Amino acid sequence: MSINIPVSGQSNEIYSLSVNGQVHQVKDAWIGESLLYVLRERLGLPGSKGACEQGECGSCTVIVDSKAVCSCLVMAADAVNTEILTVEGLGPNGALTDVQSAFLSEGGVQCGFCTPGFIVAVHHLLESNPSPTDDEIREALSGNICRCTGYGRILEAVRTVADQRRTNS
Amino acid sequence: MSTTSASTALRHGTLGTSASRPDGVAKVQGGFAFSSDMWADNMLWGATLRSPHPYARIVAIDVSGAYAIDGVVTVVTAVDVPGKLTYGLIVQDQPVFAAIGDTVRYSGEPIAAVAADHPETCQRALAAIKVTYEVLTPVTDPEDCIAGVAEQIHPDGNIFRHQRIVSGDTSVVGAVQVEGEYEIGMQDQAFLGLESALAIPDSNGAGLEMYVATQWLHEDRKQIADCLNIPEENIRLVLGGVGGAFGAREDISLQVHTALLAMKAGRPVRISYGREESFYGHVHRHPAKIWMKHHADLNGKIVKIESRMVFDGGAYCSTSPAVLINGITHTQGPYKCDNAIVDGWAVRTNNPPCGAMRGFGVVQACFAHESQMEKLAAAVGVSPVEIRLLNAMETGDRMITGQIMDSVAPVAQCIRETDAIPMPAPLENNADLRTIPGGTGLTAQPSNIRRGVGWGVSIKNLMYSEGFDDFSTARCRISNGVVTIKFATSEVGQGFTMLAQQIARTVLGVDEVILDTIDTQVGSAGSTSASRQTWMSGGAVQVACQAALAQLFDHVATKFEMTRSELEIDGTDIVDRLTQRRVTVSEAISEIEIDCTEEYHHPPTEDLDENGQGNCHVAYAFVAHRAVVDVDPELGLIKVVQIATAQDVGRVLNPLAAMGQIEGGIAQGLGLAVMEEIIVKDGKVRNPSFTDYLLPTFLDSPTVEMVFIEEHEPKSPLGAKGIGEPPCISVTPAIANAIRQAVGRELPRVPIRPYDICL
Amino acid sequence: MPVLIPRSVDELVDIFQEHPAAKLLAGGTDYMVEVNLHGRKPETMISLRQVKELSEWSVRSTQRSITIGAGLPYADMEHGEIARLVPALAQAARTVGSPQIRAAGTLGGNLGTCSPAGDSLPVLAALNATIHVIGPDGNRDVEFSDFMIGVKKNSLRPAEFVHSVSMPIVDGWQGYAKVGTRNAMVISTASACLVRDSDEGIVSIALGSVGPTVIRCHGAETWLMKTMSLRAESTLDPVVAQEFGQRVAQESRPIDDHRSTAEYRRHAVGVLAQRLLLRSFS
Repeated sequence: MSINIPVSGQSNEIYSLSVNGQVHQVKDAWIGESLLYVLRERLGLPGSKGACEQGECGSCTVIVDSKAVCSCLVMAADAVNTEILTVEGLGPNGALTDVQSAFLSEGGVQCGFCTPGFIVAVHHLLESNPSPTDDEIREALSGNICRCTGYGRILEAVRTVADQRRTNS
Repeated sequence: MSTTSASTALRHGTLGTSASRPDGVAKVQGGFAFSSDMWADNMLWGATLRSPHPYARIVAIDVSGAYAIDGVVTVVTAVDVPGKLTYGLIVQDQPVFAAIGDTVRYSGEPIAAVAADHPETCQRALAAIKVTYEVLTPVTDPEDCIAGVAEQIHPDGNIFRHQRIVSGDTSVVGAVQVEGEYEIGMQDQAFLGLESALAIPDSNGAGLEMYVATQWLHEDRKQIADCLNIPEENIRLVLGGVGGAFGAREDISLQVHTALLAMKAGRPVRISYGREESFYGHVHRHPAKIWMKHHADLNGKIVKIESRMVFDGGAYCSTSPAVLINGITHTQGPYKCDNAIVDGWAVRTNNPPCGAMRGFGVVQACFAHESQMEKLAAAVGVSPVEIRLLNAMETGDRMITGQIMDSVAPVAQCIRETDAIPMPAPLENNADLRTIPGGTGLTAQPSNIRRGVGWGVSIKNLMYSEGFDDFSTARCRISNGVVTIKFATSEVGQGFTMLAQQIARTVLGVDEVILDTIDTQVGSAGSTSASRQTWMSGGAVQVACQAALAQLFDHVATKFEMTRSELEIDGTDIVDRLTQRRVTVSEAISEIEIDCTEEYHHPPTEDLDENGQGNCHVAYAFVAHRAVVDVDPELGLIKVVQIATAQDVGRVLNPLAAMGQIEGGIAQGLGLAVMEEIIVKDGKVRNPSFTDYLLPTFLDSPTVEMVFIEEHEPKSPLGAKGIGEPPCISVTPAIANAIRQAVGRELPRVPIRPYDICL
Repeated sequence: MPVLIPRSVDELVDIFQEHPAAKLLAGGTDYMVEVNLHGRKPETMISLRQVKELSEWSVRSTQRSITIGAGLPYADMEHGEIARLVPALAQAARTVGSPQIRAAGTLGGNLGTCSPAGDSLPVLAALNATIHVIGPDGNRDVEFSDFMIGVKKNSLRPAEFVHSVSMPIVDGWQGYAKVGTRNAMVISTASACLVRDSDEGIVSIALGSVGPTVIRCHGAETWLMKTMSLRAESTLDPVVAQEFGQRVAQESRPIDDHRSTAEYRRHAVGVLAQRLLLRSFS
């Protein structure tokens, strides 16, 4: 897969972003590009998905300075001097995280379009709340829409990870 | 028989186990390539100009402004279409682009497309194209079209199809009669994976390759070929990762536009829709108005059903005729009925075009018949369960189309098993506020809430109907000890790729099965719709593997001197039943080359005659739903607490996948019941965004308790029935019936709005 | 480079004065929707991300007031001390968008956009919040009722920005309620905030999404305070609560739109007012 970086009269932004521990230079960008756009179209990180461009679906969820936010609502050029973590940066060296494994083992993945956003959001949830109740899980993930699963298997996946981490600690 | 468990006796990865998805790891890591994640060197971005008017004549189109913008490479309009100017699944009445001198017929109809170096450049180019419209008054009421008083908005006329069903003795009258006028709003499939296609022209200009998320590669290819005037064999369509479909990708949307731009620019072009454009860019579920009258005896046994159904198909034909047939032929629901008179219309208006959405016409009919069953139960003085058990259909019954129900039909069992599922605990005074209507909006306390219980039971046909031979194809290759399966079946998230591996593992006795690219380099698989792929493409994969197995057995019998007729697969071995000699499959396939391509066809069906008589459907599946819903009667807010369901699945091939389909379908039915509607006024869409087209969130979703009814369907190649559509069909009236019970109102329309409940 | 990044309030004042047509960007949860979906073309942007002072909050216990920086995300208002001191604000913050939106969205943004559906605005109105504005001509304090002057219209002058918002810490009860068509992530159909100051015997109620601006129901408030005592020892007659709700509903000025009807909205705020008042006495 190669990335076509366009050149047009409107594009003259130059800045750098720190994503998944790596610094990336962004050139010839248009100022209105969201972080989601830059991650996907310029930095070779298409894992985050866009399904609404207005923060109503959570498919674009990334971590910026330890906060789970919608990357479609972050102006990329404003994300300088932040630490950005995407789904691609969660698992070390291509290995699956426990959250990713649980989504697979519990049937929480169908079409998969919402999945990266959920994976990031679940990692974030369990970091701040390692033993969430079902209602806490539902509320924490209420900004992530899934159209395929009806959320049942996703709830089960989160419970599974929380139980596993409790057992292992 | 009730639930089956993933038996420990079954080898992991075979039929009946919760095998792993082959695309799962990529999906959780963000590495799975959806069609919008595809790029090519030298790629341009494309975008589409759409009419803001629902009905207008195009007086002039001036694209010069677009060409004046730096970075714009090319613009296409109707004059650039080299072949057929129109496309469509049944009737090719939909223009690729609306032309000068012709009319646009819906708000959002494409006029032109541009290709440029950046999506923002495309937007500026679209803004610079000047279209002169003569705005006309849109036709928006289907009744005007039926009455013949509306302007003909298309040369083909305003009626897509009119079909009656006249069955039995229509003069029969019931001692008990209940009727209602029901309305179903326009639902949207709202898949998350937005439309996207990448077209790469061949360097010789004679054809192209396209990566696209779609439901039916071959049907797309045919329409692209016709419009571009290119032979089909010069077009290779490859399935790009599909982020859900639910019917919206059965019609083409951006395929011809993308191909045209690429061919004209001589460079790869990608069009990717945003959410707003997606709402305009695909067909929706038909809004419908249905009058129904049930006649019954004093016990509640149905003696006749009368109905009139009107489906608003919007501007172009799409699959409206077929949706109508599905609707009217399911008038009786899963109940015995000897006498019926049904009048059905599918109509053209200047409203947004409608077509396939999960349930395909049966959702609308079911909302009506299940609302009727509640009224009938009340009129006769029996419970919702009793009225349905009394009338439950059985195998061998004659349907109102004259067709004999020859599918397994465990209707009574679905109802009883659902009824046996424990009710949820009552609402406590200290209930977490997230579990009550209004949630964290703090609108209510438990003391404000009333609970209702409602039922819905449905029947759904499987596969295509009325003589359509929607076959499927699969290829099984064994080479260098590796088994590879190839098919054109669209994986849209339902898990067919996983099922194909399970079938191959089971039939051939192998653990590893490679899946070849899903593209048009193999025969058609038909559409991923109509709950048909498990049966049809599963059947094709099975037949192809069985053909390969037959050749393998021939080889093994010769090479290992075993008796051909006694060979069978046992686990991962080939064993001679007589002598019990065995050879591992991996050894057996290590030195042989086998290549089998097979088609799988279902038995033929018939057209309906002018009285709606004919064996028009292939097979049927059944399901029961019980909904428990909490209601705040003063504010009209609701929370669905529990859905209990028993579904006639034939055979569970993958328990986790089956659960996923059922829970997901229920969520969509819930959406139609209480929150999802494309609001159209005077032909214009008022809410083309996720802010105002609301999908159920985690906090809206109920607990689902399910039972699989496994009575193997002998006609199905795997014994399994399709399970995708039934879950979303009767759950909608079940929820409506629960709300009705809680507040005592008729609520004849879905989605039910807060003001319907409380004002 | 058109994204300017001040590191202090003073720098912000200077930069904004130099570029009065620039757009201020904090969480971006309103602005980026304009860019992504409504064709807004950003030119000069001033990022507030590094102006840490804007995300601070403090309590002036002698004056019984709390001041919250315009840049503090809603997520930080939902729990802890802020939630204890201004529970209605915490309740409203919890209903904003989604967890992802709450991690980024701010009071400054809600006030900047000034939509009648802004979730925090009824709370600010009911608490008679003071908006601290800084501009080229210095600082000024604006009462909420003078700040929001129309649909998406505030009274900020060129190169002015909201620095922080101060609210009283009230003894008594306060609560917020918001009606939406689903149970999460909704734009409000109708909302209300009621504050009962049982020390002073005062009630205030403000409504969202039922008029061009947030509506303080002074008529209903006055009537209630004349009809009964709101002090700590008082009890509430349910008939009075019902009439209070009706009077509140009458002061609303809702419209029909694709989300709901005027009739429903009027009815809903009446129910919310009644229920909030009953809760304030339970």
